[in-house]
Amino acid sequence: MADGAKVAGGLMVFVALACAPIWLVLARRSTASQPEIELPVGQKRCVESAEFMRQRHAALLVDWRDAVVREGLNRYVASDGREFRISLTGTCLGCHTQASAFCDRCHAYIGVSPECWSCHVRPSENP
Amino acid sequence: MDVPGLCLFFGVIVPSLAVVSFFGGFAWKAIGWARSPVPFHIPITCGQQRSLPWIRSNRLDNPHTPMGAALRVALAVLLFRPLLRNTMTEIYAGPKLTYAPSRWLWLFAVMFHWSMLVIVLRHLRLFVEPVPAWVLTLQRFDRFFEVGHPVIHASTVLFVLGLGLLLLRRLSSPQLRYISILNDYFPLFLLLGIGATGTLLRHYSNSDAAAIKEFVMGLVTLSPLAVSGIPALFYVHLFLVSVLLAYFPWSKLMHMPGVLMSPTLNLANNSRAVRHVNPWNPPVGVHSYAEYEDEFRGRMIEAGLPVDKL
Repeated sequence: MADGAKVAGGLMVFVALACAPIWLVLARRSTASQPEIELPVGQKRCVESAEFMRQRHAALLVDWRDAVVREGLNRYVASDGREFRISLTGTCLGCHTQASAFCDRCHAYIGVSPECWSCHVRPSENP
Repeated sequence: MDVPGLCLFFGVIVPSLAVVSFFGGFAWKAIGWARSPVPFHIPITCGQQRSLPWIRSNRLDNPHTPMGAALRVALAVLLFRPLLRNTMTEIYAGPKLTYAPSRWLWLFAVMFHWSMLVIVLRHLRLFVEPVPAWVLTLQRFDRFFEVGHPVIHASTVLFVLGLGLLLLRRLSSPQLRYISILNDYFPLFLLLGIGATGTLLRHYSNSDAAAIKEFVMGLVTLSPLAVSGIPALFYVHLFLVSVLLAYFPWSKLMHMPGVLMSPTLNLANNSRAVRHVNPWNPPVGVHSYAEYEDEFRGRMIEAGLPVDKL
């Protein structure tokens, strides 16, 4: 049929576009594995276990916000019994001193941009 | 490739087979349709046909140029114009018969399809590294309302709502329920399942998104790897998406390429100006007037008949 060329062309464009991620990764020759994050020197354990923090840090921070802002509670007892002051700036950023070396790497990797720094001061190398 | 059993099955084998079914079936169907002859010139005409210069023709609903036809297809694809012609027929006491436009199908379809497009494009953040800037921009618009944590995307709400309303519409109208079969319900429930598992993954599973992206990038680079920290729900989501991909070419969902290939939509209504040849017509021996005159010119002149060429 006369439309054969159009259909073949359309199919090729469709397949090329749908497989774009494969071509992009081939062109960039990257393995695209998870980014390395710089952990605080001299610290063994975060507020909770590393696995817990990887999966639930966002939920934990929201719980902390609710606790301190809405309920006026500023003590957090971790699962291993240690107590922490609920404070992003004081507790979290006390160890994680550079957002660009820690937070930003995974956040950029998965394309999220939490609104932390619209209120809190962003810890950076150029204060 | 060191991926343990179930992970390998649900994370690598099933998605790979699904992708093969999707592209293979898609090409198979589209090529089959391209090879089908179109014996008649059958554009839908919903307006004044082009005729005499002083009669205004409807260039969009009765296009007479390929460009007009292309515009009509584009508007059907982007704005779903044909669904606006949906008519509802009802009998009231009296008995009184009424016909009225019913635009619900159009509204629910627009909600569902456009939000699905946004959702698919948003997922590129898990398939491309680094994440393209335009995906982040799209995401920012989708998170405009900044409700909830993680922020609820407007497209998530519209997707589930649109599908739910399409299902409700199908169930609530007796006429529509009568003509609905498994092939109508299955994609609706499947897409609702995909939407539900996706929403749960984002909002309730506390999953490690970086681990999920690493796993997905393993698939994209065609070198699957085992990544720890991925919840079982992710594999449920992936399995349902695989089912959708595998099912797509063999179902009514093929209206996606089909709308572009409908002769009722993509032909210009120029059948009076351009001859449409039925491809399966046998060759017909014709004897044109010029040939006729060449053959009988001498006798025509003798008989006093007018001739074009002396």
